[in-house]
Amino acid sequence: MSREAQVNLAVVVALVLLPLAAHLMGESYWVTLATRAAVLALAGVGLNIALGQGGLVSLGHAVFFGIGGYSMGILAYHAQTYTPLIESFGLPGTNLMPVIWLVAAISAALAALLIGALSLRTTGVYFIMITLAFGQMFYFFALSWPTYGGEDGLSIYVRNRFPGVNTLAPIQFYGIVIAVLLLALLLSHRLARSPFGLALAAARQVPARVAAVGLDPQRLKLVAFVLSAAVTGLAGALFADLNRFVSPTMFSWHTSGEIMVFVIIGGVGRLMGPVVGAMVFVLLEHLLGGISEYWQIAFGVLLLLIVLFARGGLIGLVAGREKAHG
Amino acid sequence: MAEPVLETRGLTKSFGALRASEDVSIDLRPGEIHAIIGPNGAGKSTLIAQICGALRPDRGTVRFAGEDVTALSVLARARRGMARTFQISALAMDHTVLQNVMLGALGARGRPWRFFAPVLSDRGLRETAEAALERVGLSDHAATRTAELSHGQRRQLEVAVALTLRPRAFVMDEPMAGLGAGGSKRLTGFLDGLRSEAPILLVEHDMDAVFALADRISVLVYGKVIATGTVADIRQSDVVREAYLGEEA
Repeated sequence: MSREAQVNLAVVVALVLLPLAAHLMGESYWVTLATRAAVLALAGVGLNIALGQGGLVSLGHAVFFGIGGYSMGILAYHAQTYTPLIESFGLPGTNLMPVIWLVAAISAALAALLIGALSLRTTGVYFIMITLAFGQMFYFFALSWPTYGGEDGLSIYVRNRFPGVNTLAPIQFYGIVIAVLLLALLLSHRLARSPFGLALAAARQVPARVAAVGLDPQRLKLVAFVLSAAVTGLAGALFADLNRFVSPTMFSWHTSGEIMVFVIIGGVGRLMGPVVGAMVFVLLEHLLGGISEYWQIAFGVLLLLIVLFARGGLIGLVAGREKAHG
Repeated sequence: MAEPVLETRGLTKSFGALRASEDVSIDLRPGEIHAIIGPNGAGKSTLIAQICGALRPDRGTVRFAGEDVTALSVLARARRGMARTFQISALAMDHTVLQNVMLGALGARGRPWRFFAPVLSDRGLRETAEAALERVGLSDHAATRTAELSHGQRRQLEVAVALTLRPRAFVMDEPMAGLGAGGSKRLTGFLDGLRSEAPILLVEHDMDAVFALADRISVLVYGKVIATGTVADIRQSDVVREAYLGEEA
């Protein structure tokens, strides 16, 4: 087993066992903290498909996170107020998680198809700016949409249902989140090694070559962008369910930046990069956030050190340089 | 005479006041190696770019496999069987040698939308890729990271990728560039045998290789074809000697 595989396995074991231990010791606060880390990690796993595998520096992933969040918010709001989702069809809302997830992932994917089709005409800093601009558009739209709370956001009083699980028990909700996260990690791992992943990685490195063998590098990147958005959208739905609250903040560019920071701190393109990054972020937020509200200064220093001295992120620091998948 | 596989008619391309291609008409017939030679700045790269679809000509047409492809993109031409190699190796450096060749095989198959099964366990792709590596003599390096290959090995890999495409024509942009005498000789021998599979349009600086390989040579100077003919014709041509070969002697 390679060094990185060992590190990855250790992270998975920690993800499963540590919150369980916290639960058994009655520390349900730590379980909730771990849930937060796992949900943010899932958003990062999504971004990592675009950023790590496709080389797309998207500063607009908050759009998909927010769409996921509002998918949950809107569906659950109609369920809790017993109002139909669309008046004329009498289509009801729902508080069933699997349905919400599906709506979240598909809505985010559709938005990504539209945004990606437009943004992928550009590259480099223009791509970053266009994705950022889309993010701001969604942010201000959510801010000024009174039907669903406007700037106050939407509160959902009871966490949504999942068949056979008491979602209000922190450890059980964590179980759901971790199952989804592990599934997403499996998909991301397989994706990187699939025919699509091979072509995508080549499109990131040498688009001219990919075109010269008859494959469309832009289309490969667009599909990666859409898949990436679907995963981040799913994370948004879970994040909203964790807080039982959605607000336009989910759409803000800070959110995009944070998701990107998890990926960079953990290691861009590394399978467990976003997971480690999100864990470190949530841990520092908790430990330092209690000391000073300016804790992000310390976090900024960490980010700076990693960008300067450890380009493979924390995973790269521990596991060494990435091997070609062979 | 057999219908040409690849043909340009009156290709003209300017960049501002610079005429990079002027009324270039060349053709590539089945079974031949047609070499394009010319001094630096003669417009060879611009010509290749127009043939492969990376640049649109201002005037003129490119016909390939019996079809006008002037308006088609790089990838549309690749799908019709035009296999190019790059002057500066365009390989995915983080990938293994085998992965780079498998990309070619995947391109030839044309269905990259498989997201779950590992590409390395795709028998069809793997066999195509391994056969191509075998032919260029890189089998021992299949698992090597491409960034670790020597310059000469990268040139071989470029050719291997082109082989997986089962092309109707090869367009090779200075495949010998930077090769030592031994490497150049080996590749010359290999290309010699390759012409029976598909004709080769060969842009090359290495005169020994060109004279050893070419069935016909076209000489490009300041964007214009000043002569086309057999090796003997070109060697004896006064125009060519004056414009080009003379400089080197």
